[in-house]
Amino acid sequence: MIRSFVKVTTATLLIAGVVTPSLADEAAIKARQGVMQIYAQNLGILGAMAKGTAEYNAEAASTAAGNLMTMMSIDQSAMWPQGTDNASMPAKTGALPEIWTTYPAIAEKGKALADAVAAMNEAAGTDLASLQGAIGTVGGACGGCHKVYRQKDE
Amino acid sequence: MQINKLVRAATTLIILGLIAFWVLTIPGKHDPTELQGLVGSADRGALVYAASGCSSCHSAKGAEGEAMLILSGGRAFPSDFGTFFAPNISQSVEHGIGGWSFGDVANAVSFGTSPDGQHYYPAFPYTSYQNMDLADVADLYAYLKTLPASEVAGKPHDVGLPFSFRRGLGLWKLVFLPSGYHLPATGLNEEELRGRYLVEAMGHCTECHTSRNFLGGLRQNRWLAGGPNPDGKGKIPNITPHADGIGGWADIDVVTYLNSGFTPEFDVAGGQMAEVVENMKQLPAEDHRAITAYLRRIVAMPDKK
Repeated sequence: MIRSFVKVTTATLLIAGVVTPSLADEAAIKARQGVMQIYAQNLGILGAMAKGTAEYNAEAASTAAGNLMTMMSIDQSAMWPQGTDNASMPAKTGALPEIWTTYPAIAEKGKALADAVAAMNEAAGTDLASLQGAIGTVGGACGGCHKVYRQKDE
Repeated sequence: MQINKLVRAATTLIILGLIAFWVLTIPGKHDPTELQGLVGSADRGALVYAASGCSSCHSAKGAEGEAMLILSGGRAFPSDFGTFFAPNISQSVEHGIGGWSFGDVANAVSFGTSPDGQHYYPAFPYTSYQNMDLADVADLYAYLKTLPASEVAGKPHDVGLPFSFRRGLGLWKLVFLPSGYHLPATGLNEEELRGRYLVEAMGHCTECHTSRNFLGGLRQNRWLAGGPNPDGKGKIPNITPHADGIGGWADIDVVTYLNSGFTPEFDVAGGQMAEVVENMKQLPAEDHRAITAYLRRIVAMPDKK
């Protein structure tokens, strides 16, 4: 009786303590990776024009830049719970623990991206040369975080 | 009598062996006449500095922007042989290379030999830099002279025996220090030759993108085909023209990656490569095209399964 009680309790604790939060953590990881993918897709539209593999289209460029602005306005704080780094969840994420241990350094880098995206939002619909001028800064701001906070290519 | 003869023969052999070892492991140096009359330009040297990626290793960890020009060293490079610490190569006379002559720098870059005649560990990529033109080394020397001094003392490498016995590196160099380039010049056009120089010599791409054998020598038959990261984290990408590498990338994709860090999926380079891209961005567009052209000429290799 007691033994089975212990077993059931242990099982419940395991489920409650390990499985449930990790599902929430996985959801948070998926959400922030989703944000990154939306950045990437819209950057892809702008980048194809910048490098000349797609024809410049002011309207499409403005839309893509506008999407980046919208994505920047999302509050991501719930997407980065403690314990969702690549040391704790190695197969799920490339986010390095330094994100949490050096906070708020990452917020400053986020500001650099916000500024770069705002400049892109101004430039994208103007003409191709303005777009080409703005995209390097956006890439630099992306790299500013990836360099220190993301596990290198795997 | 017989035993006496044996002992004498054995002693002679040992002495001959030691002499052979000594001779074979003498650290290489330039003939001073090769260096005469070479006066570099700091302006051109800035590009040599960027292409050679000096600051990626020799600046302090986490340095950005202007701080990348303070070459105080100290970054740790873990490997199978121990942990190497990048030395201070700022203009400090006491802790850096402020007191070095052009010959000292040229011997270090071309031969991996220190001013006091010791072998450097190949964590310093003289294995690639040995192919650099002395004119470029002279430009680099002139540029380094314009950078600030940092009075941070260097850290000794954390390397155990037998690797801490530096003279032994002479044998390693005999076996693994290539003479000349991996890709023969035959059939390469001018752009591809420039690309070869940027990739194999200055850019030292192969130091990371080619995997190594258990003695730390590059696997020449896996040229630029990537492999495990010696840091232990993640993988170094295959950059050969195979589908597992960058075979699916258009030329413009490679160029865009080098001048912006954007991959064809519009992800952005991370880790050490982000710093490499910061350096590559400073090079002219024709250099990006030259690197691309070279990468198209190497053997396509699948990832190692």
